[in-house]
Amino acid sequence: MIVDGSEVSLKKFLSDLPPVDQVGAEARASMLATRSIKTTSKAWAIDMAISMVDLTTLEGADSAGKVKALCAKAVRPDPTDLTVPSVGAICVYNDMVKIARTELDAIGGGDVAVAAVATAFPSGRATLTVKKLDTQDAIDAGANEIDMVIDRGAFLSGHLGEVFDQIKVIKELCGNKAHLKVILETGELVTYDNVRKASYLAMLAGADFIKTSTGKVAPAATAPVVLVMLEAVRDYFALTGTRIGVKPAGGIRTTKDAIKQLVLVNETAGSEWLKPSLFRIGASALLNDLLMQRMKLRTGHYASANYVTMD
Amino acid sequence: MSSFEYASAPESKAIANIASSYGLFIGGKFVEPKKGKSFNTINPANEELLSKVGYADKLDIDLAVKSARSAFTKVWSKLPAKERGKYLYRIARILQERAREFAVVETLDNGKPIRESRDTDIPLAAAHFFYHAGWADKLEYAGVGNKPKPLGVVGQIIPWNFPLLMLAWKIAPALAAGNTVVLKPAETTPLTALLFAQVCQQAGLPEGVVNIVTGDGITGAALVNHPDINKIAFTGSTEVGKAIARSISATKKSATLELGGKAANIVFDDAAIDEAVEGIVNGIFFNQGHVCCAGSRLLIQENVSDEVIEKLKKRMSLIRVGDPMDKNTDLGAINSKEQLKRIHEISNTGDAEGANRWSPECKLPTKGYWYPPTIFTGVSQSHRIARDEIFGPVLSVLTFRTPAEGIEKANNSMYGLSAGIWSDKGAKILWAAKQLKAGVIWANTFNKFDPASPFGGYKESGWGREGGRHGLAGYLASDAKVSK
Repeated sequence: MIVDGSEVSLKKFLSDLPPVDQVGAEARASMLATRSIKTTSKAWAIDMAISMVDLTTLEGADSAGKVKALCAKAVRPDPTDLTVPSVGAICVYNDMVKIARTELDAIGGGDVAVAAVATAFPSGRATLTVKKLDTQDAIDAGANEIDMVIDRGAFLSGHLGEVFDQIKVIKELCGNKAHLKVILETGELVTYDNVRKASYLAMLAGADFIKTSTGKVAPAATAPVVLVMLEAVRDYFALTGTRIGVKPAGGIRTTKDAIKQLVLVNETAGSEWLKPSLFRIGASALLNDLLMQRMKLRTGHYASANYVTMD
Repeated sequence: MSSFEYASAPESKAIANIASSYGLFIGGKFVEPKKGKSFNTINPANEELLSKVGYADKLDIDLAVKSARSAFTKVWSKLPAKERGKYLYRIARILQERAREFAVVETLDNGKPIRESRDTDIPLAAAHFFYHAGWADKLEYAGVGNKPKPLGVVGQIIPWNFPLLMLAWKIAPALAAGNTVVLKPAETTPLTALLFAQVCQQAGLPEGVVNIVTGDGITGAALVNHPDINKIAFTGSTEVGKAIARSISATKKSATLELGGKAANIVFDDAAIDEAVEGIVNGIFFNQGHVCCAGSRLLIQENVSDEVIEKLKKRMSLIRVGDPMDKNTDLGAINSKEQLKRIHEISNTGDAEGANRWSPECKLPTKGYWYPPTIFTGVSQSHRIARDEIFGPVLSVLTFRTPAEGIEKANNSMYGLSAGIWSDKGAKILWAAKQLKAGVIWANTFNKFDPASPFGGYKESGWGREGGRHGLAGYLASDAKVSK
């Protein structure tokens, strides 16, 4: 046990972490964005990125029909080319979990996970009682992964113990039934120092994944934020021997963006993290761009948007 | 493919129109050397011949100086200042327009990664012309009196590490101040200077304002000793700098000398460690360590040294060594056989004197000149690798216990060109910067250059400054102190 969970021990641990230099972190991230990924490595990266997508729909207008359509897309992203891998997971609100799980199982997508955004997503503004019920409800409905939000208000006002305890309670509910992804909502934490501290806080409390954002707040998964989180999981592994996953979400729309993310992973946490069990990309529009770039690589010419399915 | 290996992504050579031979650029034209001698310039990454260039001897130098003198008295010094500025703006714009071509030629001739020539060398060279173009008609604000005058004909000798950038550092301020120049590029990297000669023609620069003579050390000595030169501006080794200082000692020639360095990069225990590691890597492996202000002495506070060294080694194993034309290459070729020999020679003393050598596993190409990224730990002040400038991708790591000891070790050098400070504490940075005897001090960054910022050293690192108002002043005289 690195920390005993008390406010004092958490504060001590987190304040002993080295600071992040904003200019330096941004410079490193923008240097890595200049990597030129071509031909065979591009083909590899596109397929890897597809298998890492958490195909997401988190709208008030979501319906059973919409979710089922998304499931079909998740299992066979390109119906004309069955060599395209399935995505990593479907990410939906709680009430859609059962529909998604049943549909995926019915159409041969047993390996595609269902992730539920729980704990009063996206704001996290609810009592712990509600957050627990919310999580239990998702697990009971068959969610394989819980994407919880942290209490940013508590974090920013220095109540680190409270944030820690909430994550711990949710983790206990997840047990071995569901993986826990902890959403930091970095756009509200603002500084890279806070991102580093929140990353460690989540890992210490039992997160299996740390995730940048809800997708409802901008900026979301910027390259320097992801860089800082990747450094955190790399160093946490050196400290504990446990590999924690990272999930950028929000604002990753193009193949270029996705490949930049993979380069960040490769040259920060290392190639061990380049698999869907340790890196996911939360996105909706991204998948079609990946499919179009894949077609381009295969056929040598660009297809119009009508050659990929709209869901 | 089971892991993320980057497929080769080479920049195209097609844009570089390298001629099979070049003459000397004198009086606005390419002319054959009087004695018809020439020498080869090769690509250090594969030892292939790139071109033959003219070898200038005393007679050619005399011709070039005469052409510069005539251009100075008849044309350049009579031109209204803002017209001079226009020429400089024109040159700057042409450099930007032809940036890719320059980057490719620079990488082929020098061996540096295309990423660096593309993102650093060429944009900075253009920025120097833009910056000094603005100065041309504002010289009375340069701090050398109300009516500053140009010095006359300036002889300029530049090194091979940043061929075009060093040319820009020399030519842009000289021209803005109203001087004319005879410039000798380094023997191993003449091509971008010759390409620049074409830019002068393209910009319609009056004949003789810029003359470019290629050759070796003997050519340089002929330029330094020419009686009609008013100033020598030299960037290169301390050894040659001293020889120049001796040979002009009884003359009226002035000099700016940018010489060697052995910069201390100081990491305090409160530093942002990940970014400090990036800064250390950038400090010593940027441009294969062929940088006079390279952070070649790493001083780490003892209580964080294990952590820093471990992270540094991990980071070093990610450095991509290889084909400089590949857009993903981080560390290119050593510029010459001679330089490679020197790196081997000094580094080997590190092993002999008891320091511990470490390099990541990396496959070096079989042709060309290569040296792996290397660090020595357990280095003491008395080791040769802690004192001599290696000018290669070799870092000496030392430790210190208290801030005062760190500063003392940093200053314990015959050089004083640059230094780096890594700390998250503002007050400590200001305190350290005040104590350090170095001309350029970076805080939480390294190897950052800007045309507006003066560059130069203390002690054996040289005389004078380049860049900014201070650099410009080196090309101006306050009153009638001008000869002829």
